[in-house]
Amino acid sequence: MEERALRTLIDQVRAGTLSRRRFVKVMVGLGLTAPMAAQMLASTGVAQAQTKWTFSPTKRGGGGLVKTLWWQAPTLLNPHFATGTKDQDASRIFYEPLGAYDPDGNIVPMLAAEVPSQQNGQVAKDGMSVTWRLRKNVVWHDGKPFTADDVVFNWEYVTDPATAAVSSGNYRDIARIDKLDSHTVKLVFKSPTPFWSSPFCGPYGMIIPKHLFQAYKGDKSREAPNNLKPVGTGPFRFADFKPGDIVRAELNPNYHVPNRPFFDAIEMKGGGDAISAARAVIQTGEFDYAWNIQVEDEILKRMEQGGKGRADIVAGGNIEHIQLNNTDPWTEVEGERSSIKTRHPFLTDPAVRQALNLLVDRGSVQEQIYGRTGIATANFVNAPSRFVSKNTRWEFNVDRANQLLDGAGWKRGSDGIRAKDGKKLRLVYQTSINALRQKTQQVVKQACAKAGIDVELKSVTANVYFSSDPANPDTYSHFYTDIQMYTTTMVEPDPQRFLDQFTSWEIASKENKWQGRNISRWRNEEYDRAWKAAEAEMDPVKRAALLVKTNDLVIQNIVVVPVVFRPRVAAISSRMRDVAQSGWDSDFWALAYWSKQP
Amino acid sequence: MTPEGMAGAERRRVAPVAGLSAAEPSPSLWRETGRRFLRHRLATVGAAVLVVMVVGVVAGPLVWRVPVNEIDFKAKLRTPSWSHPLGTDDLGQDLLARMLYGGRISLAVGIVAMLIAISIGTAIGATTGYVGGTVDHTLMRITDMFLSLPGLPLLLLIVYLFRDALRKALGPEAGVFILIVAVIGGLRWMPVARLVRAQFLSLREKEFVEAARGLGAPPLRQVVRHILPNSMGPVIVAGTIDVAAAIIAESTLSFLGLGFPPDIPTWGRLLFDAKDNLDFAPHWAIFPGTAIFLTVLSINYIGDGLRDALDPRKVLAR
Amino acid sequence: MSKYLLRRTLISIPVLVGISAVLFTILALAPGDPFEELATNPNVPAEVRLNLRAKFGLDDPLPVRYARWVTSMVRGDWGFSFVSRVDVDTLILQRLPATLVVLGSALLLAILIAVPIGTYSALRPYSIFDQVATTFAFIGFSLPTFFTGLLFILIFSIYLDWLPFIYRADISASGWRWYWEHVRQSIMPVAVLGLFQASATTRFMRAAVLDVIRLDYVNTARAKGLSERTTLVKHVVRNALIPVVTLVALQIPTIFGGAIVTEQIFRVPGIGSLLISSILANDTPVVMAITFVYSGLVVVSNLAADLLYGWLDPRISYR
Repeated sequence: MEERALRTLIDQVRAGTLSRRRFVKVMVGLGLTAPMAAQMLASTGVAQAQTKWTFSPTKRGGGGLVKTLWWQAPTLLNPHFATGTKDQDASRIFYEPLGAYDPDGNIVPMLAAEVPSQQNGQVAKDGMSVTWRLRKNVVWHDGKPFTADDVVFNWEYVTDPATAAVSSGNYRDIARIDKLDSHTVKLVFKSPTPFWSSPFCGPYGMIIPKHLFQAYKGDKSREAPNNLKPVGTGPFRFADFKPGDIVRAELNPNYHVPNRPFFDAIEMKGGGDAISAARAVIQTGEFDYAWNIQVEDEILKRMEQGGKGRADIVAGGNIEHIQLNNTDPWTEVEGERSSIKTRHPFLTDPAVRQALNLLVDRGSVQEQIYGRTGIATANFVNAPSRFVSKNTRWEFNVDRANQLLDGAGWKRGSDGIRAKDGKKLRLVYQTSINALRQKTQQVVKQACAKAGIDVELKSVTANVYFSSDPANPDTYSHFYTDIQMYTTTMVEPDPQRFLDQFTSWEIASKENKWQGRNISRWRNEEYDRAWKAAEAEMDPVKRAALLVKTNDLVIQNIVVVPVVFRPRVAAISSRMRDVAQSGWDSDFWALAYWSKQP
Repeated sequence: MTPEGMAGAERRRVAPVAGLSAAEPSPSLWRETGRRFLRHRLATVGAAVLVVMVVGVVAGPLVWRVPVNEIDFKAKLRTPSWSHPLGTDDLGQDLLARMLYGGRISLAVGIVAMLIAISIGTAIGATTGYVGGTVDHTLMRITDMFLSLPGLPLLLLIVYLFRDALRKALGPEAGVFILIVAVIGGLRWMPVARLVRAQFLSLREKEFVEAARGLGAPPLRQVVRHILPNSMGPVIVAGTIDVAAAIIAESTLSFLGLGFPPDIPTWGRLLFDAKDNLDFAPHWAIFPGTAIFLTVLSINYIGDGLRDALDPRKVLAR
Repeated sequence: MSKYLLRRTLISIPVLVGISAVLFTILALAPGDPFEELATNPNVPAEVRLNLRAKFGLDDPLPVRYARWVTSMVRGDWGFSFVSRVDVDTLILQRLPATLVVLGSALLLAILIAVPIGTYSALRPYSIFDQVATTFAFIGFSLPTFFTGLLFILIFSIYLDWLPFIYRADISASGWRWYWEHVRQSIMPVAVLGLFQASATTRFMRAAVLDVIRLDYVNTARAKGLSERTTLVKHVVRNALIPVVTLVALQIPTIFGGAIVTEQIFRVPGIGSLLISSILANDTPVVMAITFVYSGLVVVSNLAADLLYGWLDPRISYR
């Protein structure tokens, strides 16, 4: 194992992808000693992981107002209509799921009395059902009791197509829900479901009250007055909401966890930009917490020198990657470019793909552009650690790229651009508008120029690029360029659904109005088989191996070139205690436990 | 009013008659104009500065041969030095090279877009203000419509409709350039039109115009020789503001994917990229900011000089 | 005059209908749809997005959608926001106070600076005072507001720590403290906007006064023996006010439209930030409502300007 690989592992520990325990294990396996491994970590500044709450109050309240800042403003407070994290986070102040995901991807019971498992018999061995026991004595903010009926109602509400709930994807595998008693429900699935916690857990699992929403199921869902005035079970109850600006909430005196929350009120202000949000927490201390600080690390580090706050970085499943088009974006077939009936003139040549893979200088992109907020990677699945593949690695090597292209018969022309059979290596490289991405584009373009590949940069404003408009050729799913770069998000701790973006039945095309998830239009039977096998595999170790295999197939065939994986970054005032982001759930997943030093 | 000013006013009183008696603009009139322009000291300084900048951005890259896009992380955010006279940005790219390269585009966009806005605005304002009646009503309501168009969605629509067609017809650089100046100029002429019209409404009833009318001057001549020179003040101001606005607007457009590719360092773009590093790398912002400032300042003085030179009854700056 | 007013008002109706049709077409044809965030999320099935599109009528042909908008508009129904699912008028009314306060004060500040400085500069052209004012004015509009706003934040909030830079519409204090907090948080946005507008308006004012003083009737007035002060007020300023009225009329609608960049920087919950976030989210009903009210104000304020010209200079007549 060479230094770079070791450093990558240490970086992973620092970002939390690789646990300290696992890192030590790997090191011992390599013949080192545990103390030596710990010393290495300490010398590179990896802090001790924090898991338990440091503050246990003896009474509810007394903490005053906590001020939080989201640079995207929440626009509505019904979690099932959330158009983005901002709305899910704002809803999470008031609503709770059955279970939340902690930073390691473990389930923490919220409205559930305990976490189901095969050991306690609540998860069926065949994966066909799961039984949830609900916490008793939980009341909604209006005093009505929370019961199994609410859970059943949420499933009915979400799966009604007329409701058009954004969370419906998490509930589609449920065949029926049996109410066993007033506080026990049994979810029966349509097929074996190893990942049974998709419904009712995490950001899509929040539960809304039946008694206030049952009249507004289906077509009338928009008219529910409580879409803007939430009545939940969470630590804070509703005070005021101005869409696109501010949410205010006050302590819930009947919260089901004793002596929580600590704060008397919370305010979530929206709008502005990420950098000034970071300034307001880290430099001036005007605010206590700011969400998703997408700021260059260099700038963050300078702000942190003031000492009023810090950037908190935690691993999640977001990966910035470059997709290589398998189809020809410049030929129109039956009214569609990048049609599955065409082949890309040169990106289907393995030598060109390998050369491109060698020309992305991930090390510099990490060190110089992203810093702590983007860690160079060769893999598509980066977390949790049990899914991370150890079989792939990355390299930046212009000379080798040149050799590969020479060997494959791509000759430099008088203009320095390589060509073969009259086809020139000219690429259009598209991405959304974002300072970090434009810099990455420039780094890649320069390396490509050294290898005789001419790159034209194109950037599209994000609201067009990520839109689902079938008439617009500039969206990422049309992919009417040779290569493109963006971040895909893995919002759950299980990568199964995330990886369906390389299955052959998900290919985006005119026929499915470019709604398919396979954008690079790559087809591989082995991949399809492994993915399907993983979907039904109930043994977690075998399943992890299958998923690692799908990742390896994507990387070995250079379907995409992963660039950096992007942990979540929040700005937190140094006086705040027990504020732990989870890469797998809302920033407010443990809001009830937040506190602040006087 | 200073004594000089009063003296100037005295001199001016006879001027209109002289202006009226000159039936045709003779060659000597143009020479006279040139001479007057050169006597306007600030105008000559302004013209000189602008010429230096134009020569700089056109010939500069031939002299200063540091590549524009050479990334050198070891030299990032350097303050000015001999090897990098204007310092470097956060990718270690040489700012002088970038300023010179991007300046061509910024200057061209600023000046051409300004000329488009000013010409359309003046033409429409003069027509409506002089003719009045139905023409005034129709054109002003069209102006109202343009004033109320929402910029951002319109821009997105324009990119979406015309970018590929123009790129195909004129090549990427020229196509984008035409699109940008047309968009910026086409969305900024309305205030000029309203200002010119207001001046015309008031001036066309003034004694000296009536005198010209009485002497049988044809309408075009009344407009060009008598009313227009007296309404140029606001137009020149609008023109200088438009240059600055166009240079800045170009950078906004490139953020919408409408402008030049993101790696072309126009001045507005440099300023935008520099803003987040303002507290520890101020040199990055100071140079493009100064360049824009000098451009609009010199264009303003050139405008003043031109107006004064064309208008016989004027206050000369000393 | 009243006949003219009546005719202009009547003409305004078809003009507004025409403008609304153009606006609607632009918004409908502009690329993008409101469900961008759902697109990259693997948990949201494509059918949800298609359902939402169908539910909000985004898949109907353009004339049908426009007809639907016009008929509900006539009934006083402004529609609802796709994003917040709130009625559009509620949303706009929530944002209006902040915008009116900040932009109104900025415009006032701009006029209070620009009119005296511009006039004085014109009376003493190329004097030291004029040169200094000119330099500042040019720095003022050479620097975009995104830049000056940030400069102000760095100086006054971060280094000096005098002013807050995040604007909050609901401040919990009461009495004098409430006013004081509001003034404190408004200083920077008002200054950034006001100074930017003032720098342009000063130049316009100076140019207008210069144009007027040179005209013969001013000299005539002087020759008649009127005092310098009377000449200045009655003849110069009054005539020079014509371009100023034009400019103010051009800026009045923007008080409603908000200042997108400045509101974004200081997080002022005004119409401008609502407009930009709605445009970026392709929330067409909101964008349509704001731009339509805005165009109404454009029409009205330009009409007011035309009437004011007649009052400032009685010789102006409309045929």
